Amino acid sequence: MNYADLFRAMLPETALEIAALLVVVVDLAFLRKAALNTRAAIAALLGIVGCLAGVWLMQGQGVATFSVDGTPGTALLVTGGYAAVAQIAILILTAFTLVLLLDSRFTRHVGEYVAVVLMSATGGLIICGAQDLLVIFVGLELLSLGLYILTAFAKRSGKSAEGALKYYLFGGMSAAFLLFGFSYLYGFAGSTNLQEVFAAIVAPDVSSSPLLYVALVAVAAGLGFKVAAFPFHLWAPDAYEGAPAPAAAFIASVSKVASFALLITITAAILPSRWSLLLVILAAASMFAGNLAALAQVSVRRLLAYSAIAHAGYMLLGLAYFSDRSRDALLYYIVTYALTTIGAFGVVGVVERATGTDRFDGFLGLNKRNPLLAAVLLVLFLSLAGIPPLVGFWAKFNLFAAVLTTHASGLSFALVALAVGFSAVSLYYYLQVLKRAFVMAPTDESRIKVDPVVMLVLLLIAAAVVVLGCFPALLQNWIGIASKAF
Amino acid sequence: MLAWTIYLSFAGALVLALLPKGKPGLARVFALLIAAAGFAIAVAGFAAGMGHGRTTITDVMWVPSMGIHYMLAADGISRVLVLLTGLAATAGVLFSWNIEYRTNEFFAFFLALIGGVYGVFLSFDLFLLFVFYEIAIVPKYFLIAIWGSTRREYAAMKLALYSFVGSAMVLIALLAAYAASGSHSTTLDFLAHAGLSPHFQMWAFPLTFVGFGILAGLWPFHTWAPTGHVAAPTAASMVLAGVIMKLGAYGCLRVAMGLFPHGMDPWGFSFVGIGSWRDVFAILAVIGILYGALVALVQTDFKFVIGYSSVSHMGFVLLGLMTLNQIGLTGAVLQMYSHGVIAGLLFAIVGRIVYDRTHTRQFGDLERMHLLRRLPFAAWAFVIAGMASMGLPGFSGFVAELQVLVGSWHATPWWTVAAGVGIVVGVAYTWRALQKAFFTDLRPTAEDHPASGWHDLGAITWPEIAGFSLLTAATLVVGLYPRILLDAIEPAVKTFLAAGGAQ
Repeated sequence: MNYADLFRAMLPETALEIAALLVVVVDLAFLRKAALNTRAAIAALLGIVGCLAGVWLMQGQGVATFSVDGTPGTALLVTGGYAAVAQIAILILTAFTLVLLLDSRFTRHVGEYVAVVLMSATGGLIICGAQDLLVIFVGLELLSLGLYILTAFAKRSGKSAEGALKYYLFGGMSAAFLLFGFSYLYGFAGSTNLQEVFAAIVAPDVSSSPLLYVALVAVAAGLGFKVAAFPFHLWAPDAYEGAPAPAAAFIASVSKVASFALLITITAAILPSRWSLLLVILAAASMFAGNLAALAQVSVRRLLAYSAIAHAGYMLLGLAYFSDRSRDALLYYIVTYALTTIGAFGVVGVVERATGTDRFDGFLGLNKRNPLLAAVLLVLFLSLAGIPPLVGFWAKFNLFAAVLTTHASGLSFALVALAVGFSAVSLYYYLQVLKRAFVMAPTDESRIKVDPVVMLVLLLIAAAVVVLGCFPALLQNWIGIASKAF
Repeated sequence: MLAWTIYLSFAGALVLALLPKGKPGLARVFALLIAAAGFAIAVAGFAAGMGHGRTTITDVMWVPSMGIHYMLAADGISRVLVLLTGLAATAGVLFSWNIEYRTNEFFAFFLALIGGVYGVFLSFDLFLLFVFYEIAIVPKYFLIAIWGSTRREYAAMKLALYSFVGSAMVLIALLAAYAASGSHSTTLDFLAHAGLSPHFQMWAFPLTFVGFGILAGLWPFHTWAPTGHVAAPTAASMVLAGVIMKLGAYGCLRVAMGLFPHGMDPWGFSFVGIGSWRDVFAILAVIGILYGALVALVQTDFKFVIGYSSVSHMGFVLLGLMTLNQIGLTGAVLQMYSHGVIAGLLFAIVGRIVYDRTHTRQFGDLERMHLLRRLPFAAWAFVIAGMASMGLPGFSGFVAELQVLVGSWHATPWWTVAAGVGIVVGVAYTWRALQKAFFTDLRPTAEDHPASGWHDLGAITWPEIAGFSLLTAATLVVGLYPRILLDAIEPAVKTFLAAGGAQ
């Protein structure tokens, strides 16, 4: 293994780490006396520069594999291909979530906050390209530990602490499950490399072994936790509700993109049908539980959490019927979904700061209090519900078409029908929020002020949702070309 | 050229959303200009298309990797329905002249809705058609929920969910057809000739037909219609009954019957005389005709009478579709136009001319108001609209329903008799409404006397007269000289039947 090559492959991660350290140093050393707003702006700016530097450094990377002794059987990391798509998405989405910091007042330690976000994103970058169980686990923990801290960052809020603790306890348990499953896979293969694992588990004596089921179920539990699939979703509503808005946006977007990229890697490596069966069960259960539970919510954050569970269900469907085509469709889905969610949390954060609550009532008369913000909310929520011509509709259509094209059977068709049916259900709860914003009479008509930069970014996200929905080929072609290179 | 109706409406909606608030007059005039321009384009497109078959307006690749086209085209059926949309849009703006609350937004949503409707009628790619079809859902919701009356939030949500469930069914069929045909393209032409297996069509047809039929008021999925129509503001009721229900019927015709004709083949067995999906839907249509008419007969709310009458009249459209012969299908399309105009007129009279002045629609209250004396225009307008709705000769409804019945007689005589009974009941409920609302024989009591609190009902304004004249002319012209539309519809129906809808 050539360490210079490995270093080159890890340049984006390195850029993020350097940016993280720089943010802390600058904030602690030079900005002690500055106003909080200035510090937040500078910290966010440095973080964004770090992310953009990461994107820029990815340009030079081709498709390459890095292994211990040069053989595929010892591969650790890959660059390029769908991993690159996910990594670029992570970097850009992280930059967006950092902007949201400008309109938040949950902490005085903005430097640390940005640093933790960047380090967590580094973990996300690593798991996108990981090809080895150990690298996967290390990357995943790097990502997760950051998320626990971020959830707890609003120290004065009890909910924040509660959410973080729940997140941490469930996270620790699921990490244990994952490691347990990995250990069995290692036991079968005698190697932590994914290709070796695959070669081992398709062997006749292993593929019928009950221990393999135990291993796969444990892995599914560990990863199901990361994507908040039912029944491993219990942390999500509390974490989404308790975490500061920018942190919640980060959890809901960047962490999801990274986790689904990892799921793609694992699914592509261990194709056997029993893994599909597990995913089908998780998908159907998540669609059911997420959509039905969302109907009963009165807090917008919890609503977004349950809708995230439902969306995870749709996406798992794309994994269960896996092909190159459904992989691309899934990437399209997760990237656009993450973008939309960041915008949604941005709006929720602004409203929450102005009204002191994220309950439905806080959104009363938003249309009157800030028409632009209300318009952004309209676009984002309708996109989440899957109304054309917004990007959420296209993502769903593309994914379901890919599923049916990949595998046409009664079961796949029934699952797609279920998913489409549940989209109709989901319109109800999204409309509940929009109804408050546009239809019902406001109790307070004072204007809601938004930081101009945040407003600009929210408008940008809404515009992207509209444009990508009207011209879906733009992003789709890019994903298709980029991921084929792998 | 016709494509500009779509772009103009959406651009108009966008501009209206950005126009300065607090100038309702400007918003009204602007909306009227856009709607009238759309109508003018529709008329010009209709005239230019005379004698031509199907003409393609644009056809470019939208999503090359999936074979989705941005394909707009028009045949005789499309042109007639685009014409209807233009009429309904213009009349809708005229009858919304008194909207003072959030005027800009009202017309913005209204034009966005109209743009989606134009789009559906002109799309010849199933994906594109579906996109426009769904675009129309959200503006409907807000129009009813914000500017509506009786139980508006309930009605708006009900309508939105019914529409969305229907479109989910269509989406499932769209995905399945796309996958089953080899994932090459979603144009209607391609899918129609993709050789989808009869077995596939046998379940895709009812799925799609019901999915679109929900919006066409197909019994027993019609229940959104009365509540939605009643709660909606006048312009929205006019458009709901006038064009949105036609979207459903058009989808049934163009998509369900056009793509899955074998779905109407006999099952091979029959149960109480029902031996195919065609029989099932024909019976549901007849039940809708009778049920809507009978329920309309006992309503106490003026607008509910019109709401249920819409269900009844749309039953004729669906019955006409299920005849699968030239005259029946022609009648169905003509009935779409006819009902669109007449229902628009009725809702305008009840919602705008009467309700906005009296603030009640209960027959019990209206009976004591002596509207014949106080609002003679409304009374005589309703006489004319009612005659059109009953299907008297000279109005478009007569030609349309007659053709449907003739076509249906060829196909299924007994159900035709039942449908004929529906017409008779239609006369009854219209007379009843006319009598209760306008020609009451109650004498005014002392407390009803003008001096004791009768407020002035306000004079009839010019937009109301203009809108009334427009719609009355639209039904009279076609009633007196039906060839004007039939020349466009008949060749298109012939092509449609020859292409596969035939048996």
